[in-house]
Amino acid sequence: MCTKVNKSLLNYPVSDGMPAMIDHYVEAIHTALDTRIPLHICGSGTKRFYGNAVHDGSKVLDMTGYHGIVDYEPTELVMTARAGTPLVELESVLEQHGQMLAFEPPYFGPTATLGGCVAAGLSGPRRAASGAVRDFVLGVRMLDGKGRDLSFGGRVMKNVAGYDVARLMVGSLGTLGILLEISVKVLPRPIHEVTLKMAMDDVTAIKRMNEWAGKPLPISATCHVGDELFVRLSGAESAIRAAWQTLGGDEEQDGDAFWRSIRDHTHDFFQSAYPMWRLSIQSTMPPVRLTGKQMIEWNGGLRWLVSDSAENVSMIRAAAEHAHGHATLFRSGGASAPAFHPLASNMMKIHHSLKEKFDPERILNPGRLYSDL
Amino acid sequence: MSPQELITQLRSFLPPEAVLHETEDLKPYECDGLSAYRQLPMIVALPHTEEHIVKVLQLCYATNTPVVARGAGTGLSGGALPHAQGILLSLAKLNQIIAVDPLARTARVQPGVRNLAISEAAASHGLYYAPDPSSQIACSVGGNVAENSGGVHCLKYGLTVHNILKLRVLTIEGEVLEIGGESLDSAGYDLLALMTGSEGMLGIVTEITVKLIPIPEKAQLVMATFDDVQKAGNAVANVIAAGIIPAGMEMMDKITIHAVEEFLHAGYDLEAEAILLCESDGGTGEVADEIERIFTIMQQSGATKIRSSQNEAERLSFWAGRKAAFPAAGRVSPDYYCMDGTIPRKQLAQVLQGIEQLSREYGLRCMNVFHAGDGNLHPLILYDANQPGELEKTEEFGGKILEMCIHAGGTITGEHGVGMEKINQMCTQFRSDELAMFHAIKSAFDPKELLNPGKAVPSLHRCAELGAMHVHQGQQKFAELPRF
Repeated sequence: MCTKVNKSLLNYPVSDGMPAMIDHYVEAIHTALDTRIPLHICGSGTKRFYGNAVHDGSKVLDMTGYHGIVDYEPTELVMTARAGTPLVELESVLEQHGQMLAFEPPYFGPTATLGGCVAAGLSGPRRAASGAVRDFVLGVRMLDGKGRDLSFGGRVMKNVAGYDVARLMVGSLGTLGILLEISVKVLPRPIHEVTLKMAMDDVTAIKRMNEWAGKPLPISATCHVGDELFVRLSGAESAIRAAWQTLGGDEEQDGDAFWRSIRDHTHDFFQSAYPMWRLSIQSTMPPVRLTGKQMIEWNGGLRWLVSDSAENVSMIRAAAEHAHGHATLFRSGGASAPAFHPLASNMMKIHHSLKEKFDPERILNPGRLYSDL
Repeated sequence: MSPQELITQLRSFLPPEAVLHETEDLKPYECDGLSAYRQLPMIVALPHTEEHIVKVLQLCYATNTPVVARGAGTGLSGGALPHAQGILLSLAKLNQIIAVDPLARTARVQPGVRNLAISEAAASHGLYYAPDPSSQIACSVGGNVAENSGGVHCLKYGLTVHNILKLRVLTIEGEVLEIGGESLDSAGYDLLALMTGSEGMLGIVTEITVKLIPIPEKAQLVMATFDDVQKAGNAVANVIAAGIIPAGMEMMDKITIHAVEEFLHAGYDLEAEAILLCESDGGTGEVADEIERIFTIMQQSGATKIRSSQNEAERLSFWAGRKAAFPAAGRVSPDYYCMDGTIPRKQLAQVLQGIEQLSREYGLRCMNVFHAGDGNLHPLILYDANQPGELEKTEEFGGKILEMCIHAGGTITGEHGVGMEKINQMCTQFRSDELAMFHAIKSAFDPKELLNPGKAVPSLHRCAELGAMHVHQGQQKFAELPRF
């Protein structure tokens, strides 16, 4: 059974581009409901390592066929694209107009899609300065677990009509719906960027990064790795010159390559067969003392840990909680633990209730976020 | 449970003065900033602590009593309109700034804290709280969270949802949820986003951790005059196309300029069809560069007069006219209705033309002020409620403006919220499946539908009466507050 696409005249103009594809996805949902075989929603698979495995026996639903930019008006600062559109395609079009996705999305592979980016909800080095992917999502069109074609949010900067379902979808890893189209706010690329590096230990770096973030400085990214602190300045040349004088340090010649290697985990630090943890904590916390090696981003708010053991899961989670945050087992490296930090029981209850509303038969990516969602 | 029994129960844990039920005591709570809608609550409860609120909610849950949360009551969409059979839960007594952490750049505050009080408390550390709704001297942060409030600087600095880290929320059953955290993200679904702007329908916020950001070194303003609205609209697009995100960008149309000039004598050009204000902030050198570029763009976009503020006093005087638009409307007309649509900026000239045409059809004047940077349009329809039928005509006119915003690819509310006021237009903006999903989300948090029932999301078989901010003969609530 197929449901025709509802052509909305209203809050979210629907492109006529690919009704056959939508029919196909709706049909897949109805089949899943009939056969009780859940769907494993997939973009290009660059982030398949992230999160828990979707329950065994699920059927892959390939979203890469639903691609293309639906609407882009540079002076509106809004781009709407289909979920299967490769990020590289979006970013190249944006670049032609001097704009960018300001949350600096990690790719983890050249074919990464917008849908995967939003579903995973991961943001790159610019996050602490500019905001996360959830801060830039303005609207979504999606299919819920009953195959209903729904649009939330919109294509304008300010919109408080209805609950913010568009942002709720960010990071939900496909467990609440199949993303079809996403509208994002885009921003101008900085006129100028300089990356500075300076020798510094981790304790001092955390202190400095937090102090600097409290001053009107054009810092767009920070990273402490080894015994060096890297700081990226973005903006007008005058502002960068002034900030460089304040901060000191030497210029890192290929700054772009450095930040790409941090963003996509191609930097040497990440090359390891051991479990890799992502600790998102309060930025001012002193170095979290755990065995293994660490990298610090986001003014201290993000700590990457390459652990030297697959056995210390509960210790790592306790340390993250102690530092007012949470720990994600980002790459399992042989550790067998749920990817995401356990939730308080009353929070889990709300998660279950929401899942029940969006996907009552649990046919969408079951288990990917939490085993019983 | 009878009202008297509820009062007795409430008095068992609240101080006597924190439970109001006499009509004269209830009267101040009968409306929020949208005074066209009035309703006396059954009881007003004024808890002092979170434990008090827990007990109020447990009582409401046990007795199926509706509960409507209220902050400072400055909202413009009737979101805090009381329920006749319900408890009006005022959070005004929870007004403490619990902690400011300058190094982590956060503040922990209770919901009744005034928006501006946070920036005042953070100022000595060189920090401030960015969202600045026009009522910021009075509006509460709890209310800001409920409405996802913006302000004139939100294109660059974001809305409430972009500037908070953590919420302590009580469910209708009185359970504490910790949503978000001291870190920049949290495990699980983004309930922080879901709660923000949920208009008191999902839970009661008892504590908010907000982000603080550094106070910019300098701010400077360019004021440009245009002989054509389209040219002014193009100038806005040209600024953005040049890669500039102004700290604020505001537009006024001719009728507004005249009303403001009559009121303020600010020296605005009365020949102008539109005036554009464009602000730059940041480091001193950076601002100087940007102001020069903005000046050039205004010239190239055909501005007839351009001035840039030469000092802080002049900057504030340029702003004064824009900020006086609402009071000016109240001066030139016995009543006005304020709409709150958002449109893609490129549709501005077309929408303004449409409004002008409707204005002629209805024989009612309409002033337009526009947060041009983010496309948020505030048409103020001028009318006289004492003329029979004029209010109804105005409501119809307003409804057509909102529908025009939707058709232009925009939304019925950019920052004031749906509340009671725009519940009818929700039926136009959303399809029934989407409205059904909103109801489902509410039921995930509040299955008995006791939290602010009947607001924000219309039932599928009912589209409530259209309304809008209604000001009659200066009887506006909080008439002294700036509105812009």
